[in-house]
Amino acid sequence: MRKMLAAVSRVLGVAQKPASRVLVASRNFANDATFEIKKCDLHRLEEGPPVTTVLTREDGLKYYRMMQTVRRMELKADQLYKQKIIRGFCHLCDGQEACCVGLEAGINPTDHLITAYRAHGFTFTRGLSVREILAELTGRRGGCAKGKGGSMHMYAKNFYGGNGIVGAQVPLGAGIALACKYNGKDEVCLTLYGDGAANQGQIFEAYNMAALWKLPCIFICENNRYGMGTSVERAAASTDYYKRGDFIPGLRVDGMDVLCVREATRFAAAYCRSGKGPILMELQ
Amino acid sequence: MAAVSGLMRRPLEQVTVRDAINQGMDEELERDEKVFLLGEEVAQYDGAYKVSRGLWKKYGDKRIIDTPISEMGFAGIAVGAAMAGLRPICEFMTFNFSMQAIDQVINSAAKTYYMSGGLQPVPIVFRGPNGASAGVAAQHSQCFAAWYGHCPGLKVVSPWNSEDAKGLIKSAIRDNNPVVVLENELMYGVPFELPSEAQSKDFLIPIGKAKIERQGTHITVVAHSRPVGHCLEAATVLSKEGIECEVINMRTIRPMDIETIEASVMKTNHLVTVEGGWPQFGVGAEVCARIMEGPAFNFLDAPAVRVTGADVPMPYAKILEDNSIPQVKDIIFAIKKTLNI
Repeated sequence: MRKMLAAVSRVLGVAQKPASRVLVASRNFANDATFEIKKCDLHRLEEGPPVTTVLTREDGLKYYRMMQTVRRMELKADQLYKQKIIRGFCHLCDGQEACCVGLEAGINPTDHLITAYRAHGFTFTRGLSVREILAELTGRRGGCAKGKGGSMHMYAKNFYGGNGIVGAQVPLGAGIALACKYNGKDEVCLTLYGDGAANQGQIFEAYNMAALWKLPCIFICENNRYGMGTSVERAAASTDYYKRGDFIPGLRVDGMDVLCVREATRFAAAYCRSGKGPILMELQ
Repeated sequence: MAAVSGLMRRPLEQVTVRDAINQGMDEELERDEKVFLLGEEVAQYDGAYKVSRGLWKKYGDKRIIDTPISEMGFAGIAVGAAMAGLRPICEFMTFNFSMQAIDQVINSAAKTYYMSGGLQPVPIVFRGPNGASAGVAAQHSQCFAAWYGHCPGLKVVSPWNSEDAKGLIKSAIRDNNPVVVLENELMYGVPFELPSEAQSKDFLIPIGKAKIERQGTHITVVAHSRPVGHCLEAATVLSKEGIECEVINMRTIRPMDIETIEASVMKTNHLVTVEGGWPQFGVGAEVCARIMEGPAFNFLDAPAVRVTGADVPMPYAKILEDNSIPQVKDIIFAIKKTLNI
């Protein structure tokens, strides 16, 4: 086999490795694969996202590359922070890459996203370059906010930051969803917050108005089980964050599995786009 | 001569401050599809103080939105809508309740354009009655001019009469920055003559420009909102004694038009500031500091004096309340003291 391939590639006149890969790929490997994913816990929903999903080669490589890039970027930021080249606060999402990549995979670039201060991963998945992000973190003019924002205040098209005040971004997200509904373009807004923020009163105010006015808002709780140093059991009377929306249907999703997150996001976005109102996702 | 000039005068219309604000909002709602109003009781109730009367009937549920009693929530929703490109008018039933939402006004609205390096404008208007009313007591009577005037990123205006109210609300709505419009409940029902320019749909009063309401030579009296009227009354009384006061209506708290005040002080050599808010760190304090820092200082013949609300939470009993806000007699007293009369 090898001798034959080597002969063929010499004839084709290309470098040996790529040719053999291409020939081998087209003959012996499929272009996609089906995976089984974890079933989501449901609240006020009859059905949830599908339990199997198809991942194409192209998507697989794309998600992997994105997650790896976010991981490396965050680890580098960690290092720079410890060297005091990044000042102030530096909230990192290494370990949570499946969330930002999976969410982005489930929506369109014309949809909207807002999150709190653990935002570097989302800033990347929403379209900014690593260079712009690191330049911003190090206070340089080439940063996405010209060095005036820092870690917590990065913005991009259809990405509203990067917000420093815990919980404040949730009513903002509901407002962006209101604009989506007002403009009538079938767009949705992903409004993220952490398990710590989930106990903020303004979030419940936002739930109320979003449900009342049927805003196309996907509330997403990224539950990494700690609000700063306080574990969820010590902070919340109910740690079933996907149920905390009460009258808002919810689902709990395996946040460590990029495909699970993608499918759940597609499900949630379809729900909102159909005009049924807001929905809540907990990524654990 | 009188008859001829009577014919040549343009017709003047009497409009209350309430109706002036209503007209201003109505015109801007009509002009730009992206403008909408939200707040408690603004739609079906016609506004807690009837300022938005008729608007819901005309524009419907999509553009005039009644909110639940959730200031922090709906102020945040309004700011989010502004970030996404709409032009909301967020009404606080009174600015006392804006304290519940002040994080959204300052951290989410005011600072964002700067923090984003100019990427994310927030074209929102926060409006509502500010300051003392009548008998509503301590928690419902605070003046927020100094608090909001403190923050870079915000524009803050404080209309006095109908012309101010209409021109400033329209400018505020068209401005791409977050603007706080501090109205006054006691002024809502007061009628004023609206000059004919104000009847144009493009009548705007520039934010950041004060107006000299009355020319004078002996002393400069600076005020904003309802106290402007009291200053004019004081000026009328003093005029009979031969003292001519120049009364300046600030119109805008931030950015403050200190140039107009300076030019006046350089002419009159005396300054009194009048405001309804508390003295410490107030609007008058800022005016005095800036006068000291500028060319007008060398023209002062006496220290500047502030007339302010009393440094107490607003009491309920009428006699106490009346004496907790600047009255015409307080203004006259301060003017005479400054002039050493």
